[in-house]
Amino acid sequence: MSKVSFIQEEMAQRNEKAVIGFWIYLMTDCVLFASLFATYAVLHKNTYGGPGSKDIFNLPYVLVETLILLTSSFSAGIATYSAYLYKKAQTVIFLIITIVLGLTFLIMELSEFSHLIRIGDSFRRSGFLSSYFALVGTHGMHILFGLIALSVLVCQIMIKGLNRNVLRRINLISMFWHFLDVVWIFIFTIVYLMGVIK
Amino acid sequence: MYLFSFLLLGRLTLKAIPSDTITRGGALLVLLAPLGLAALLTYKKKWKWLYKNWLTTLDPKKIGVMYIILASVMLVRAGVDALMMRLQQATSAGASNGFLSANHFQQVFSAHGTIMIFFVAMGLMFGLINLVVPLQIGSRDVAFPFLNSVSFWLYTAGLIIVNLSLVLGTFSIAGWLAYPPLSELKYSPGVGVDYWIWSLQIAGIGSLLSGINFIVTILKMRVKGMNLMKMPVFTWSVLGALSLVIFAFPILTATLLLLTLDRNLGTHFFTAGGGGNAMMYVNLIWAWGHPEVYILILPAFGVFSEVVATFSRKALFGYKTMVWAIWAIVLLSFTVWLHHFFTMGAGANVNAFFGIMTMIIAIPTGVKIFNWIFTMYKGRISFATPMLWFMGFVVLFTIGGVAGVIMAIPAADFQLHNSLFLVAHFHTMIVSGVLFGYFAGFTYWFPKIFGFKLNERLGKYAFWCWLVGFILAFVPLYILGMMGATRRLNHYPSGLGYQPLFIVAGIGAGIIALGVAFQVLQIGYSIYKRKEYKDTTGDPWNARTLEWSIPSPAPFYNFAKRMEVSTKDAFWEMKQRKSLDQGEYEDILVPKNSPIGMLIGFTSLAFGFAFVWHIWWLSGLSLIALISIVIYRLSQDNIESFISKDKLRKLDISRKAEG
Repeated sequence: MSKVSFIQEEMAQRNEKAVIGFWIYLMTDCVLFASLFATYAVLHKNTYGGPGSKDIFNLPYVLVETLILLTSSFSAGIATYSAYLYKKAQTVIFLIITIVLGLTFLIMELSEFSHLIRIGDSFRRSGFLSSYFALVGTHGMHILFGLIALSVLVCQIMIKGLNRNVLRRINLISMFWHFLDVVWIFIFTIVYLMGVIK
Repeated sequence: MYLFSFLLLGRLTLKAIPSDTITRGGALLVLLAPLGLAALLTYKKKWKWLYKNWLTTLDPKKIGVMYIILASVMLVRAGVDALMMRLQQATSAGASNGFLSANHFQQVFSAHGTIMIFFVAMGLMFGLINLVVPLQIGSRDVAFPFLNSVSFWLYTAGLIIVNLSLVLGTFSIAGWLAYPPLSELKYSPGVGVDYWIWSLQIAGIGSLLSGINFIVTILKMRVKGMNLMKMPVFTWSVLGALSLVIFAFPILTATLLLLTLDRNLGTHFFTAGGGGNAMMYVNLIWAWGHPEVYILILPAFGVFSEVVATFSRKALFGYKTMVWAIWAIVLLSFTVWLHHFFTMGAGANVNAFFGIMTMIIAIPTGVKIFNWIFTMYKGRISFATPMLWFMGFVVLFTIGGVAGVIMAIPAADFQLHNSLFLVAHFHTMIVSGVLFGYFAGFTYWFPKIFGFKLNERLGKYAFWCWLVGFILAFVPLYILGMMGATRRLNHYPSGLGYQPLFIVAGIGAGIIALGVAFQVLQIGYSIYKRKEYKDTTGDPWNARTLEWSIPSPAPFYNFAKRMEVSTKDAFWEMKQRKSLDQGEYEDILVPKNSPIGMLIGFTSLAFGFAFVWHIWWLSGLSLIALISIVIYRLSQDNIESFISKDKLRKLDISRKAEG
């Protein structure tokens, strides 16, 4: 076997290992969110004289947030697809679209948080609000780290082109991004929708 | 002035330096040990050697050795805590108050538990996993060698943070699991609980990453022909334990995060007021904590399975049932956490469910015990040290297990909860199960890593000291628990009749300390005699699994040839068929050393330390540094060196000529 083809085989195996490892990591993150969901489930009635979920959630606003995040996931998917076709410019454009949409989502979430804190319903107000801020905030932190990762990735594509390592990372980061989408769907349903219905 | 100091150093002031003699002595020891080591390294001009060969290594065998060294040092450190507690309880009856203040005593038992679980048991476990698993599955490396180094350095960072509490400030007084509301800001305003949180948080993330790494290693990097049901049982047990790691440790991360928020941002998760719920913490921490004890014990079961088969010269009895027992334990371990707090008052039905599940978990464990005993039956047993540790384990573990089943009855548990009976029970499980297991594994695999065997006679002395010392130290605690002595007593009235039993327990602890001294002596003496004890065959115990098919000490590339196996106990089969030298040489890639794992560890250390003392500029800075370092590493290409098959053949032949 020549050195080149040997290294190619090695890299293919590495790709496989990375994908499995990353899936396992995502499952651990799932457990982290499950713990926070459980906390929310236990504490969401503990309003301690403060507002309950019905009083503070603005459903249309959250729906817009949700749609923005879902669209960003779609554009992340197109970016991955373009990367596998070795269309560098297209990949970069769709990654930047993903970043812009993700940033918009994050800013909307933060302005919702700051609104709540301004009117006195901060995470210090009650067990319910603590658990709400922790659950949604942890998702937001993940989005922030995802945005950092996506930005680094865009730089790497610009500098290094679509090499093997970069391709692998596009794949992994878009998995991460879709995962955050799935978590958000649960947050949207359990925290916001069910919170307003009951 | 005050504001300036606060901005620069947070709540760290000169008052943080300990004032009483005993703590000062401890602080001095913690400072002097690394300083002495540094002086020795400078004197011997070994810094470069240390850096190049050890600190930056990505070789799992070397990382494993470093884990074991640190864990052994911590065993002594937390062992001194244990001796202090025994001395306090043996002397503090009636008019005498012993030599420790109540507050200091609380710090000592909190530190003892925390360090023994997180930095001794976990350290020994990851050490052995690093040493053995790649070799056992015929692999050259782990799936993510760099991540492995990060895991190790995060463990080290956590270890340093927990020991810093001796030098600056105080440690937590809230026990090894820091139950709120005691661990909340209102009742523990100092830095102790923060030290506890950050030490565990950082080390815990390291464990989680290690878990992912080794699961992928076991699933993807086995030698050709080794399907799952042909894997050695140690590897199976590691796969089980690490599956628990990836499901349990995120719960710990989340729980510690919530406690951090409570203490720093004034949230109300576990507070007594404000709509918090302290029992939720207890549920969450045990949803991690109960699987955690199985994380520790399963690899020890794996070690015993290898040891008992090797030293009985027989294949392990009931391989398949062994594997199924591991997975039964893995699943059941998530269904029993509530037995740690039957007294919460969840109601009779809930308690009955968890009581029954707890009793059921004794069944797969019993299956394993019987399998080991049947393996010994009609075997040609040689009573080497690893085998002695095993036999000590079987006896003690069964006694401890029966005590556990007694406590699984909720009605009985209401009497025994938080008593010394419980303390005796879990020490029986963890000392005889986990520690004896890792001692056996250490003695067993030592020649494979270092190339020479350990002295048997001193090893046997150590074993007998541990066994006798253990019985003397813990049987009195069972009795005391029945007499009503609760755990964590720093003082008791003399009329209760506790003192004689506490004195016996103290003597037992002293004998265990003697056992540790013999272990230190054993290692020192064996290094001195290493030429005489040299393992020239690569297979000193006439063993059964693949790691023994290569020379000792194992070369950095592990296996020179690409092998193929067709049965379980593959090496034993090869020896029977006399087909030892099979396979072909091939090109390999070896990861280059990297200091970045160490850098990540130290930036995490700075982050945790800054968070403990509220030095916000430093925690911000170290967080940014951490992210930048990770980005830098991800941008590195050319992180491996290529070794051609010709070079590998030359290396291999010269290695075999040496042996």
